[in-house]
Amino acid sequence: MTDSKYFTTTKKGEIFELKAELNSDKKEKKKEAVKKVIASMTVGKDVSALFPDVVNCMQTDNLELKKLVYLYLMNYAKSQPDMAIMAVNTFVKDCEDPNPLIRALAVRTMGCIRVDKITEYLCEPLRKCLKDEDPYVRKTAAVCVAKLHDINAQLVEDQGFLDTLKDLISDSNPMVVANAVAALSEIAESHPSSNLLDLNPQSINKLLTALNECTEWGQIFILDCLANYMPKDDREAQSICERVTPRLSHANSAVVLSAVKVLMKFMEMLSKDLDYYGTLLKKLAPPLVTLLSAEPELQYVALRNINLIVQKRPEILKHEMKVFFVKYNDPIYVKLEKLDIMIRLASQANIAQVLAELKEYATEVDVDFVRKAVRAIGRCAIKVEQSAERCVSTLLDLIQTKVNYVVQEAIVVIKDIFRKYPNKYESVIATLCENLDSLDEPEARAAMIWIVGEYAERIDNADELLESFLEGFHDESTQVQLQLLTAIVKLFLKKPTETQELVQQVLSLATQDSDNPDLRDRGYIYWRLLSTDPVAAKEVVLAEKPLISEETDLIEPTLLDELICYIGTLASVYHKPPSAFVEGGRGVVHKSLPPRTASSESAESPETAPTGAPPGEQPDVIPAQGDLLGDLLNLDLGPPVSGPPLATSSVQMGAVDLLGGGLDSLIGGTNFVAPPTAAVPANLGAPIGSGLSDLFDLTSGVGTLSGSYVAPKAVGSISMDLQLTNKALQVMTDFAIQFNRNSFGLAPAAPLQVHAPLSPNQTVEISLPLSTVGSVMKMEPLNNLQVAVKNNIDVFYFSTLYPLHILFVEDGKMDRQMFLATWKDIPNENEAQFQIRDCPLNAEAASSKLQSSNIFTVAKRNVEGQDMLYQSLKLTNGIWVLAELRIQPGNPSCTLSLKCRAPEVSQHVYQAYETILKN
Amino acid sequence: MIHSLFLINSSGDIFLEKHWKSVVSRSVCDYFFEAQERATEAENVPPVIPTPHHYLLSVYRHKIFFVAVIQTEVPPLFVIEFLHRVVDTFQDYFGVCSEPVIKDNVVVVYEVLEEMLDNGFPLATESNILKELIKPPTILRTVVNTITGSTNVGDQLPTGQLSVVPWRRTGVKYTNNEAYFDVIEEIDAIIDKSGSTITAEIQGVIDACVKLTGMPDLTLSFMNPRLLDDVSFHPCVRFKRWESERILSFIPPDGNFRLLSYHMLSWDVGKINPQKLPSLKGTMSLQAGASKPDENPTINLQFKIQQLAISGLKVNRLDMYGEKYKPFKGIKYMTKAGKFQVRT
Repeated sequence: MTDSKYFTTTKKGEIFELKAELNSDKKEKKKEAVKKVIASMTVGKDVSALFPDVVNCMQTDNLELKKLVYLYLMNYAKSQPDMAIMAVNTFVKDCEDPNPLIRALAVRTMGCIRVDKITEYLCEPLRKCLKDEDPYVRKTAAVCVAKLHDINAQLVEDQGFLDTLKDLISDSNPMVVANAVAALSEIAESHPSSNLLDLNPQSINKLLTALNECTEWGQIFILDCLANYMPKDDREAQSICERVTPRLSHANSAVVLSAVKVLMKFMEMLSKDLDYYGTLLKKLAPPLVTLLSAEPELQYVALRNINLIVQKRPEILKHEMKVFFVKYNDPIYVKLEKLDIMIRLASQANIAQVLAELKEYATEVDVDFVRKAVRAIGRCAIKVEQSAERCVSTLLDLIQTKVNYVVQEAIVVIKDIFRKYPNKYESVIATLCENLDSLDEPEARAAMIWIVGEYAERIDNADELLESFLEGFHDESTQVQLQLLTAIVKLFLKKPTETQELVQQVLSLATQDSDNPDLRDRGYIYWRLLSTDPVAAKEVVLAEKPLISEETDLIEPTLLDELICYIGTLASVYHKPPSAFVEGGRGVVHKSLPPRTASSESAESPETAPTGAPPGEQPDVIPAQGDLLGDLLNLDLGPPVSGPPLATSSVQMGAVDLLGGGLDSLIGGTNFVAPPTAAVPANLGAPIGSGLSDLFDLTSGVGTLSGSYVAPKAVGSISMDLQLTNKALQVMTDFAIQFNRNSFGLAPAAPLQVHAPLSPNQTVEISLPLSTVGSVMKMEPLNNLQVAVKNNIDVFYFSTLYPLHILFVEDGKMDRQMFLATWKDIPNENEAQFQIRDCPLNAEAASSKLQSSNIFTVAKRNVEGQDMLYQSLKLTNGIWVLAELRIQPGNPSCTLSLKCRAPEVSQHVYQAYETILKN
Repeated sequence: MIHSLFLINSSGDIFLEKHWKSVVSRSVCDYFFEAQERATEAENVPPVIPTPHHYLLSVYRHKIFFVAVIQTEVPPLFVIEFLHRVVDTFQDYFGVCSEPVIKDNVVVVYEVLEEMLDNGFPLATESNILKELIKPPTILRTVVNTITGSTNVGDQLPTGQLSVVPWRRTGVKYTNNEAYFDVIEEIDAIIDKSGSTITAEIQGVIDACVKLTGMPDLTLSFMNPRLLDDVSFHPCVRFKRWESERILSFIPPDGNFRLLSYHMLSWDVGKINPQKLPSLKGTMSLQAGASKPDENPTINLQFKIQQLAISGLKVNRLDMYGEKYKPFKGIKYMTKAGKFQVRT
């Protein structure tokens, strides 16, 4: 006597029979018939034709029958909208039932009937239910608002249901609060700009109270909502963290992960010096480890999130390597994720253990897993330099197993190890060559060919080896063909005498017999290079290769920060921001980590100052803007000059009073008589104080002349090019120069050398070497330099703006890890973003251009078709600037994000970028 | 939130579908079938599968795939936890969770699912409360129902949902009041070829079966609570009390439930004589005619030790407040192998 009886059908008109039963007078028969209908519906049979008959059964006191009919209605109302109206009256009546269970059931079902016509009738009952005395009804009604919003958003707004919903956040019953939050969150997702969940300290307090008392699911909604809140300071952040921490001990893993999200986000605001910060870090590890003992599906999601967490805060799990060791019966998706995290946690301290494990995995049966394990060994070698040797010998052991795919993977990673540590492990080449014949995968063949070509001079029979590949040239994949072409050209350049025939053969295969344009083009380029200029060919083909980066799969810091805000969501599983995959682009709001508050930041800076910039060297850009004028006028320029008496408080350069009585007449008059000196502008920096430059035609340039920017090679080789023109009638002698205190301590490194007296209308060009050891005072703008030139006639004051890149020093390349750490460490509020327009450069060109101005590319990555360059530079005063340059092929604009502890330099760094890139 | 649920058997038939919002065509499962085909074994089907308009989140239990369909950004753990709850509920209701049983009880299944989610939001997931709303089938009730026409559906308001202890129904009555606690520890370990331990950890749980009248308030204390530093609690446990006094204080749910689970990476095994290290040896013989295993099979060990929690965890005492009667109390300990793997 089970429900399966409902599935037995008679051949002849099943629907017809059911119809008859539904209209039966006997209650029992009716109910049995409805059950049969539901059973058919659940297995996907179409029983919509019975709609009127089923609705007729709705008016009943029998709760089960009522529920069954409701079930049916929800499924089919949409296909029978006119019929569905028939049910409305019963619903409205049920919403007034004395039994709260019936009231709740009615309002719940009504919301599920997705028919426009019904929604109008729903409003009044819903309004009542939202204010029902029974919390069970209120909580059900809260969800109903979300349902209604999905059907008719405008109606919900017009009826003021959203406000009622917001009020429910302060309800006395925690379950009502949780459901109101859930409903509002769902509605907010389709209205990203709306302020539906406008949280303030009071509502946060309400939520935190409800958090302790509501069901596990409610806790998830509340925690996810809390994560969107931005505490006003570190104290509030800490107090929220304290109240959220107990959730880490919840049995429901989703509650735990949502709590982790809140903590990871708000931790960002806490000073690392706080004891509490350390406590919190310690509390995060155990729950994450516990997630790994859950069911495999939960483990998978947890591992994807842990992958983000170990990149953001490696310290949390650095001692927990062992829990990521793979059990042989873990599902493959868990194994692969664990492997990934093992490599991320690998360090000198644990590398021996990790390698032993990886070697074990490489002998398992699952091919995908084995391959990844072999690759992982290679990644360890590249990541932990001290382990490289051991990794190589492990790989050699694996090659000895002669398991085909193991050998091939090993060769692919050994190629990378060669790239990372040139001239260290080439002794193993002989072993690799032994396996040449067994390679059947393009990637492995290409890697092997690359190795043979690259080390042709050490392999006696390189020509034979490469020749053997040539026989089946046209059957090879493009990857192998290209590699073979290059390898043979390399070989030829290294051993030209013996291999001429071979190179001609491959060139003709590539250019004449191939249909592949890439191959043909590469062939022609080599051919022409070799025939016109073999020396140039050598330089090009055998050029020194840049080192490969350590970890190719780290998530870029900005994306990582965004993903941390999405812990526990689908975005965290895909490691993509929701904007990259959320259906229909429902305007996704970008989330960002909260900035550290000012108080904690200052407390923290000494500890976290980036490399090479101990606190002492931190920008002394601080001295307040003082009395510039006074400063300038008090220049010690030898013999007192005529009339510089005014120590006015006007900071305006070029103010007329500046020059005092001596030049009064000159300046005052529009028809002046030839002023007695001038410097023709070098083209840098618009002169400030136009009055002055007008009069004297005097301005100076710092750096180099007319557009050809030559970056200083080292600190101290900065120079200022001046052009002095005597526009006066008398001869000028006794030139001297002095700078006002300025932001970067620029000062003349030598006296101004004007050897001969300057006759009227004569021009002299001088290059004045500068140093950066002068006294420092913050200028406005930052790159403003005020200069005084003295001669036998008078003192002349002028100012100029110098481009910041003259201050970029040669050792401005930051280590990769340090870059990541520093980037994370600099608060987000210090980040500045700029657009560089009309700069149609590709990443390589931009990178090399910038490098020649001492802006160094630390890493490069391609993300969804965009090239991301991560760059660092250091100023003469030890300030580091970190940059992310995003270049989209085909789009002439690129985006520059700058992070620096002294954010005031960003604007000028941006200008430097623009100047360099557009030159 | 959760849009729909499909139950699929291992031969790829959809044998039940349930929609909590608009109906999602079952053709969405084609993406699942593709993934199923790619994964050589059922266990290896990835738990999150993207499709052009939906996401499929699945768990594989009792040879059934429970596939949830979601359309918007929903925490995947939330969905997977919920699916596990569905499995547990079926098991609780029908004793076993299998395709024939689900098909046999399809109406109850449907009613239960309807009560578990509303518009994709969890509604009643505690089996205590569900059983009040929808009576689990018993042979007797099925017979009685057919004869008298009474139903599975209760006409009670699920009172527990409104009280501050939503996990316990009110008005519980027993003639024999009893509370049993099982401390069960599983050892997960990987032992390498040479016999040394690569990893070892304890996954411990305290499972309870509490049948007490009224609203009993229990406290349970340990001899050595310091052992527990990585613990997950049932929502009934008062966390503050644990934090301050290391005492478990709670109003228990009615019936079977997991009071807490804990996790240990290292533990004290007492004194071992270094001259006579304990060792356990075993031989593995293949059945005649069986094909030779892969070169280095990993061996899964199973063992049980009664009346011992290997970590040394010991319950000190259990007290009951709030009710007058004297309950019968019992504590049992057991240690067994979890994922205990020996590499060869």
